[in-house]
Amino acid sequence: MNNPLGHCSFPLWGKAGMGAGLVEQGAGSAGPHPTPPFEPGAGSPPKGEGAGGQPLVQAHDLARTFDVSAPWLNRVLERKPRQLLHAVDGVSFEIERGKTLALVGESGCGKSTVARLLVGLYAPTRGGFTFDGQDAHAAFKGRDARTMRRRIQMIFQDPYASLNPRWLVQDIIAEPLREHGLITEAAALKNRVGELLTSVGLSPLDMAKYPHQFSGGQRQRISIARALATEPEFLVCDEPTSALDVSVQAQVLNIMKDLQKKQGLTYLFISHNLAVVRHVSDQVGVMYLGRLVELADKQQLFSQPRHPYTRMLLDAIPKMHDTGRARTPVQGEVPNPLNPPPGCAFNPRCPFANDRCRSERPQLLNDGGTRVACHAVEEGRIPRD
Amino acid sequence: MSLLEVQNLVVEFPTRRGTLRALDDVSFSIAPGEILGVVGESGAGKSLTGASIIGLLEPPGRVASGQIRLEGQRIDNLPHEQMRHIRGRKIGAIFQDPLTSLNPLYTVGQQLVETILAHLPMSSAQARQRAIDLLKDTGIPAAEQRIDHYPHQFSGGMRQRVVIALALAAEPQLIVADEPTTALDVSIQAQIIQLLKNICKTRGAAVMLITHDMGVIAETCDRVAVMYAGRVAEIGPVHEVINRPAHPYTMGLMASIPDMEQDRERLNQIDGAMPRLNAIPVGCAFNPRCPQVFDRCRAERPDLMPAGATQAACWLHAAKKEAA
Repeated sequence: MNNPLGHCSFPLWGKAGMGAGLVEQGAGSAGPHPTPPFEPGAGSPPKGEGAGGQPLVQAHDLARTFDVSAPWLNRVLERKPRQLLHAVDGVSFEIERGKTLALVGESGCGKSTVARLLVGLYAPTRGGFTFDGQDAHAAFKGRDARTMRRRIQMIFQDPYASLNPRWLVQDIIAEPLREHGLITEAAALKNRVGELLTSVGLSPLDMAKYPHQFSGGQRQRISIARALATEPEFLVCDEPTSALDVSVQAQVLNIMKDLQKKQGLTYLFISHNLAVVRHVSDQVGVMYLGRLVELADKQQLFSQPRHPYTRMLLDAIPKMHDTGRARTPVQGEVPNPLNPPPGCAFNPRCPFANDRCRSERPQLLNDGGTRVACHAVEEGRIPRD
Repeated sequence: MSLLEVQNLVVEFPTRRGTLRALDDVSFSIAPGEILGVVGESGAGKSLTGASIIGLLEPPGRVASGQIRLEGQRIDNLPHEQMRHIRGRKIGAIFQDPLTSLNPLYTVGQQLVETILAHLPMSSAQARQRAIDLLKDTGIPAAEQRIDHYPHQFSGGMRQRVVIALALAAEPQLIVADEPTTALDVSIQAQIIQLLKNICKTRGAAVMLITHDMGVIAETCDRVAVMYAGRVAEIGPVHEVINRPAHPYTMGLMASIPDMEQDRERLNQIDGAMPRLNAIPVGCAFNPRCPQVFDRCRAERPDLMPAGATQAACWLHAAKKEAA
C-alpha cells in the first residue's frame, strides 16, 4: 500500500489529466510553483503527539483563489480592477490515520473549498497537501491520479442531488468499481454491491431499486456505500447529515462511526453543527473567512475555547438544557469575503479587538496544545474561564 | 380564552389512488402572547398545520373536517377574500427562505408600505414612516437608507429581519413562523431567535414556531407539540417535554440529538423511518418502531391523554392509569 505506483494495474488512457484540466484556469495568481515538495511539518509548529508514523493527510498552507472579476471588456471600459476571492487562504492541518478532523464555520468560510481541494476537484493556488507521504496534487495531475482517487473518496451533502435518479442502486454503487477496473465480472460485482449495502445497514435486495424509492437517510447510506466501494482510506464528508432529520442523522452518524472503527477510515468531516462535530470528531478546526482561527483536540476546544470566534459560535448554539451560563450576545455578520477587513478578519465583531488586530493579521500559533490565530490570546488579553 | 383553537383538524389530499390523510385529528390551542413550538421530522405535518392556519393550503389539499378558530371566530371555512384580510392583519407569516418570500423586483420599502396600506388606514407618508420604524425595531441599521434597497442587497440574516418586519406590519396577534432560522448560520440564528422573542414579548403577539431544531424550541418556546405522521404525539410545557418526555417517540427523538453537554459513544437511533401517508399502520402510527409496543398499540389508535405534566398519545399512560 505504500507505493501506489505499483498498484497501477489498469490502463490510464488519456483520462488521468481530466481533473487537472478542469481547474487550472482559475488559478490566475498561482505563480511558478507547482506545489513544491515540502518536509512534513516544516512551516507548521510541531505537534506533540505523533503516535508512531506520520499523519495520513498533511495540508500545508493550502490556498485557493477564485477570479471573480468582471469580463475583460468591462474591466477595460469601466476601469474595474481584477477581483480575487480568497476562498481558502493558507490552511495547514494534519489528520492521523483512523482519526477524524472536523472543520466548522459559517457559510462562506471556505470549508467546502477545502473539501474539494482534498479530493482534487480544485487545484490549490498555493500550498498543497500530502497523502500518505506523497504530494497529492502532483499525483492528481500525473499517472497516479486513479490510485489517488481510489484512495480518497467523498460524501456529499445532498443525497437527492448526488445520486443519479435514472440509475439503479446497483449501478450507482458499482460505478466506481467498474471505473477503476477493480471488479469486472458481473456476479462478483453484484456480490460486492450486496456486501456494501449490508455494511451500511441496507438490504442487498435494495440494489434493484431506484434512488427515489428511498428516504433521505437511506439515500445518504447509498452515497456512503458508493464512497466505500473502492476501499478508500480517506473519506471527505461535506455536511453529510445536514439535509437529514435528527433521528435519521443519528442512524447515519452511527454507521459512519462503526465503519471507521471496523475499517480504520480517516475522515475529514465538514459541518456547521457543533453538536454533531463534537460527537464525531477527534480534532476540530474552526474556520473564518478562509482561514483556520483555531485548531484543537475536541475536548480542549469544547471545554476551553480560546479564540473569540470559537467562543461566540459555542455561545450561539441553542441549548437543550439551560446551563445557566451567561451568554454573550452575538453581534454583526460575516464580512464580504471579496473585501475582508484588514488585520484579523474577525476584528469588526470581536469584543477584544484593538489597533493591532485591525492592522496585523494574526498567525496560527501554538498555545498550550491548541493552535490559535488571535493577538488577544497571544497577549493574554482574554480572561480564561 | 385562547387566541387560536385548532380542533380535530383533518387535512386530506385526494389522489387518483385514494385519499391521503396528511393531518389526522390535530388539536391544540395557543394563548395570547404564548410561543408554541411545533417539532417533528420532515413529513410529520408541521408545515401543513401552519399552512392550514394561515389559509394557504395548496390545492388539492383541503380541510376535510375539524375547526380552526381565531378569537372564537371560525377561519377555516372563510372565503378567500375574507381570509386575505385576516392574513396579514391578524395572522402574520414568516417562512423559511427569506429570499423567496420577498419580491426581488420591489424595494423593501415598497413591499412594506404595500402591506401596511392594505391593512391599516394610513397615508403613504405615514406608512413609510411606519415601515422605517419596523425596520429599526427589527434591528436593521441605517433603516432610512436601507428602506430603498432591493432584497438582494441584504444579507441572509438581514433579509429574515425584513421578513419579520413584514409579518409584523399590521400588528397581528398571531405569527406563524415556519422554520424561520433553518436557512441561517448559527450566529445569525441566535440573533433572529432573540429578536423574535423580544419583539413578540413587547407587542404581545403569540407565535406558532415550526422547526425541527429542538435547541431552538428549548430556547424560545413556552409549550411544544411533537408531531408524528400527521398527528400530535405529545404536547406540553417545553421543559417537561424535553426533560421528561412521556411518548416513546419523543424519548427516542431527544436521545438521538447529539448534545453539547455530554459525550456518548453512540447516539440513540430510532430504527426505521416514518411511515408514508399511504401506509400508516393500524393503531398507533409509531408502533412498528416503538421499543415499548404492546398488543393494544397495534389495534387501537391512542388519543392525547394526560401523562405526567404533559399530554401524550400513547397507551402506556392509559395502562398506568388503569393500574393505579
